Amino acid sequence: MSADRLAGVGVSPGAGYGPAHRLVREIPEPPRGSRHGGDAEAERRRAERALEQVAADLSARGDRAGGEARDVLAAQAMMALDPGLASVVAELVGQGVSAPRAVFEAFGKYRDLLAGAGDYLAGRVADLDDIRDRAVATLEGLPLPGLPQDPPEPYVLVARDLAPADTALLDPVAVAAFVTEEGGPTSHTAILARSLGVPAVVGCAGATAIPPGTRVLVDGSTGAVRLSPAEEEVARAMRADADQDALLATVTGPGATADGHAVPLLANVGGPADIAPALAAGAEGVGLFRTEFLFLDREDPPTWEEQQDAYRAVFEAFSGSRVVVRVLDAGADKPLDFLPPPAPEPNPALGERGVRMFRHYPDVLAAQLDALARAAEGTSARVQVMAPMVATVEEAAWFADACRTAGLPSSGVMIEIPAAALRAADIAAVTGFFSIGTNDLTQYALAADREAGALAGLQDPWHPAVLDLVALAASAAAAAGRECGLCGEAAADPALACVFAGLGVTSLSMAALALPRVRAALARHTLDACRRAAAAARAENSAAAARAAARAELPALAELSL
Amino acid sequence: MAERKVTVMSEVGLHARPAATFVQTAAQAPFDVTVAKFGVPPVNAKSILSVLALDVRQGETIVISAEAEGADELLDRLAAIASAP
Repeated sequence: MSADRLAGVGVSPGAGYGPAHRLVREIPEPPRGSRHGGDAEAERRRAERALEQVAADLSARGDRAGGEARDVLAAQAMMALDPGLASVVAELVGQGVSAPRAVFEAFGKYRDLLAGAGDYLAGRVADLDDIRDRAVATLEGLPLPGLPQDPPEPYVLVARDLAPADTALLDPVAVAAFVTEEGGPTSHTAILARSLGVPAVVGCAGATAIPPGTRVLVDGSTGAVRLSPAEEEVARAMRADADQDALLATVTGPGATADGHAVPLLANVGGPADIAPALAAGAEGVGLFRTEFLFLDREDPPTWEEQQDAYRAVFEAFSGSRVVVRVLDAGADKPLDFLPPPAPEPNPALGERGVRMFRHYPDVLAAQLDALARAAEGTSARVQVMAPMVATVEEAAWFADACRTAGLPSSGVMIEIPAAALRAADIAAVTGFFSIGTNDLTQYALAADREAGALAGLQDPWHPAVLDLVALAASAAAAAGRECGLCGEAAADPALACVFAGLGVTSLSMAALALPRVRAALARHTLDACRRAAAAARAENSAAAARAAARAELPALAELSL
Repeated sequence: MAERKVTVMSEVGLHARPAATFVQTAAQAPFDVTVAKFGVPPVNAKSILSVLALDVRQGETIVISAEAEGADELLDRLAAIASAP
């Protein structure tokens, strides 16, 4: 039988095994006027059982999560079992309305009541919509919307395609593998999977028809997807995967090409939880310390002491090494209550964010820089500070000034706006170093919103236009005697990492899990091979052709199953 | 008809945890229990959605009512929950 085997393109190596979870973004509204067959009592019982099922799932999730989440989820379970809701459902079903439509309309009634009660209940309205969608999905036999919450075991995430918005809240430990029906080797799914170290197969025809819960074995190297495999087959695949990891683990030490050209491999750190994995993976420092975790989901900025303690924890963990801190990158997809944009923004990605926001709130920047300077005192970490979203020389100079005032000797800028890459030589004259942010650089170079799933095809760092911008920034930095690191998710692609080294990028920073593969890929190729791969990629006129051309110059990737 | 008139003292009003505790307690009663806010018709005290939609804030007064033998003990418990700081 061939239906138990599917095939796609392996884009993130490794073996993954677990129950399939089909990602659905929205549950369609049951059509107005849909009726049941005539047995109102049976239909009412069906609706009741679906609501009980949703309540039981919510309570079970709460019990697994414990703490505060238990209370929140118990309250949501109470909503599903609400007697007022049940009587509206019963009344509608009594009039002949189908169970899914009756549930939808009954929730609608309470939704209007809560929405009318003011801002305070806005969060409850979102909860109610979620419970409604779960009940309707249960009745219609559809997969539940969104990512599984607190799954009991790692699952295989199956989707038509994945957009950054779908995966922002993804817990990498909870995912065994990704399988998407669409997408290519350069899609967001592929980049994300590599940066998380999760095996992935894309362009897999028939993937979205895999019944939810089916146990799936995914080979992220060959692209094979096996449904309900035998136990021996799973054990064999997992053993081979462990052997491959062991082979990669034999490549240790600082990042360097085969001929000894050093390319320091650093880790992206977004909070205290990322420190241990980064150290375990042999990171030579931190290339991107995101500080948003201190600021998100709160009404007031963190205190000076709170900031200082959090920074010092990272500096001490990496004593003697480089730690590149990005100051708060607020705005766009990361709005903060206490830093509202000065005016409503029709397009936040092109609005007040990053360093632009600090021009309106210089005190918040001064407080952060001061906390960083104090935290750096007494540690041996080489602390460097950089500003996000710099477009002009004037902004770069303003930020360098602010850092000097705070007593921070090393300040730099992120290159993520095409204008900054195009005029990198001017910016290099007023700043200490560059760090290229490929996610935003790609978004802005191709004018393709990262949040827009339909534009996934354009959000591709292999695009020669993006590679050209990287090359401009790296060569301007070299001419000025400055370092030019790179810290986007693209650095986690072993082939792109070699291309970036070939373009003159001086260090690569990525999710810790991606480090062993990138280290092994660099170690097997000379700097000259990397340069040839970079030139071959830039000579092409599409992302796909650029990738193929670069890989042709990097033969050891295939030997390493990368 | 037994009733209790109480001022809600919790900082979050009759929302979040106080609302959940209030409704869970009311749900144990074998008889109907209602809760009303001044100027708003009474709602089923066993319905979390109705109680939330009542949107009772800190400092507002509510009337909890039941029409049954032996409702006093339950109403006292509900009044205590609603008036707890």
